[in-house]
Amino acid sequence: MNDTLSNHTPSSIVCIQGGTVIDPGHVNGRADVLIQDGRIVEVGYPLKHSIEQDDSVTILDASGWIVAPGLVDLHCHLREPGFEYKETIQTGSDSAVAGGFTSICAMPNTKPVNDNAAITQFMLTKGQEAGKARVFPIGAITKNSDGEELANIGELVGAGCVAISDDGRPVMNSLVMRRALEYAKAFGVPVVDHCEDLHLTDGGCMNEGVVSTELGMPGIPDASEEVMVARNLALADLTGVCVHLAHLSTARSVELVRHAKAQGLPVSAEVCPHHFSITEEAVRGYKANAKMNPPLRTDEDMQALRQGLVDGTIDVIATDHAPHALQEKQLEFDTAPFGIVGFETALPLTLRLVDDGVLSMEQALDKLTRAPAQLFHLPVGSLAPGSLADMVIFDAKEEWVVDPEQFQSKSRNTPFGGMTVKGKVKMTLVEGRLVYDAR
Amino acid sequence: MGWKRKDLLTIAELSIEEIELILTTAESLKEVGGRDIKKVPALRGKTVVNLFFEPSTRTRTSFELAAKRLSADVINFSPSTSSVVKGETLLDTARNIESMQADIIVLRHSSPGAAEHLSRFVQSSVINAGDGWHEHPTQALLDVYTIKEKKKEIQGLTIVIVGDVAHSRVARSNIVALTKLGAEVRVVAPPTMLPLYVERLGAKVYYQFEDALNGVDVIMMLRLQRERLGQALLPSIREYAKLFCLTSERLRLAKPDTIVMHPGPLNRGIEISPAVADSPAAVILDQVTNGVSVRMALMYLLSGAA
Repeated sequence: MNDTLSNHTPSSIVCIQGGTVIDPGHVNGRADVLIQDGRIVEVGYPLKHSIEQDDSVTILDASGWIVAPGLVDLHCHLREPGFEYKETIQTGSDSAVAGGFTSICAMPNTKPVNDNAAITQFMLTKGQEAGKARVFPIGAITKNSDGEELANIGELVGAGCVAISDDGRPVMNSLVMRRALEYAKAFGVPVVDHCEDLHLTDGGCMNEGVVSTELGMPGIPDASEEVMVARNLALADLTGVCVHLAHLSTARSVELVRHAKAQGLPVSAEVCPHHFSITEEAVRGYKANAKMNPPLRTDEDMQALRQGLVDGTIDVIATDHAPHALQEKQLEFDTAPFGIVGFETALPLTLRLVDDGVLSMEQALDKLTRAPAQLFHLPVGSLAPGSLADMVIFDAKEEWVVDPEQFQSKSRNTPFGGMTVKGKVKMTLVEGRLVYDAR
Repeated sequence: MGWKRKDLLTIAELSIEEIELILTTAESLKEVGGRDIKKVPALRGKTVVNLFFEPSTRTRTSFELAAKRLSADVINFSPSTSSVVKGETLLDTARNIESMQADIIVLRHSSPGAAEHLSRFVQSSVINAGDGWHEHPTQALLDVYTIKEKKKEIQGLTIVIVGDVAHSRVARSNIVALTKLGAEVRVVAPPTMLPLYVERLGAKVYYQFEDALNGVDVIMMLRLQRERLGQALLPSIREYAKLFCLTSERLRLAKPDTIVMHPGPLNRGIEISPAVADSPAAVILDQVTNGVSVRMALMYLLSGAA
């Protein structure tokens, strides 16, 4: 084949030249990428297609950089509707593409809660208007996420929700969780649980351990997460429906999931960059920017999470992007809200795993692209011919200092401010369109 | 050595020398309380604000008296009369107070770390008068002062802290202070009332009161907070009193010259029997007296009058 692509409509052809393409499971090497009308035509070197050398073809030089499918985040909080002072779908999308994310799944803990089609449609419309990352809403499991009556899951899925979850407000009633799993089976959507026994948490606001004892801070024990992980595994076994476990944080959670997977139970799991990057020590000095739920744990937990990524126990890396306003994070530690801005630091923190020899570059990118897209059945995460041309192009070697003031997110809450990291996003494309350009 | 700190936030941050400096300063100021005219001009023209977000009578009164004996002007500010009920944050409240040229802010707050948090945002000196379960450094200092007064040296003493250590800032500050000064510190309580890893703070853990009393020089009782009932920490006050009330019989298990301390207010008949509370072994009222001297010393040092 040696076709020449001709330009029917000006600038509908984009050619990314000179980069190293990593399309996990398919391509890993020097290659150019040819895009027409928002879809991948070819990835290769040299390209079999030849392109006309005229002004209507957009040539993007990616020499020295890595070209990968756009990052896919299964877990973020865009705060709109209801908490626009923290983030809007517009600023959240801006933040996402600045971090290399082209598909983001928005949790339903908005106000009102995304438990009906009107809110889902509102979020989809706002996402399209923002014109940056693809926004995939996640619907509530129960009405108002109160954990009592099932939400209209059929209506939510029909309106475009890609999964259901009561994230932030775990489904405490095991019978309701069982019924949700059974009911969701008819629609083929993943059920995501934030694993936390609120009775055990009992107002805790950091990991229960040496540091909480020294700081006199009410703690959240490991068991608070683990008993719910164990419950969910038992329910996955009972119902045969896959439970997706959000943001695992403890060593025993990883072990429980590893054991369940070995037995063939339908379960998937995610981990957040902050949990595999820093520990409870970051809380010292009562730093509210290090307050998150699940909390930062110990070094032992951090190592277990990394190992879980290596052996496939943990399927994906998700940000749990949770912006909060300055005045909220300036409150006393125990009254400040949980959460950190995640999009803009996720890639460099993940690349530290590559530098540390934990994952290969291809494995790391797989956890951020192909794997999450597959789990939630999203039509993205691949550079195969015919795929949507959603891509991130980054310099894996460039060092930079995290400066929260430069975030595209409306909020600034991160414990990583001032940290030197490696790996800088240069360009982000959605459907062949340059939506972020930091060249 | 001289005093260099702007604030007094925790015992944990103090060196042994700094603790000694506070105690010797308190020693020299104690005499003021015995005078006919109980006042020295050291802090004349200075303003001390007692900013208490939790109810307190004795600690607030002690700070107020200490400041007044040093001739400072004292303002008491408490949430029931303040704008906190209108939604003002701790920081804004404190900045307002600072703008009235407060030299020292004495803060009591239910959030662990509140004093440290505040100290980063205001120029005034901040004294932590209790932050959640975290620390109550002036209580530990007055306890150390009282023990030294009775026992001369802390080094080599065996001290047992009895009761709800998990939810006690008094216990945390004392464990840190007393181990720092060379005492052996034991804690004894139902396991539900001991925090995870309490031994890492330097304390030896006991569950049986009788075992923990063997050979101790000092018994430090903690107040049982009745609101802990209903949190599945203990079955009943009756059972707690049966197992952990310091009675005359139990007192005899300790050294003959042991002293009994309590930060107050007492629950007579629950954690301490009236006979023990009123016995010669009890130094509870000495603690109250010494509290004023220790707080005078701190304000004196923090104001730069030294």
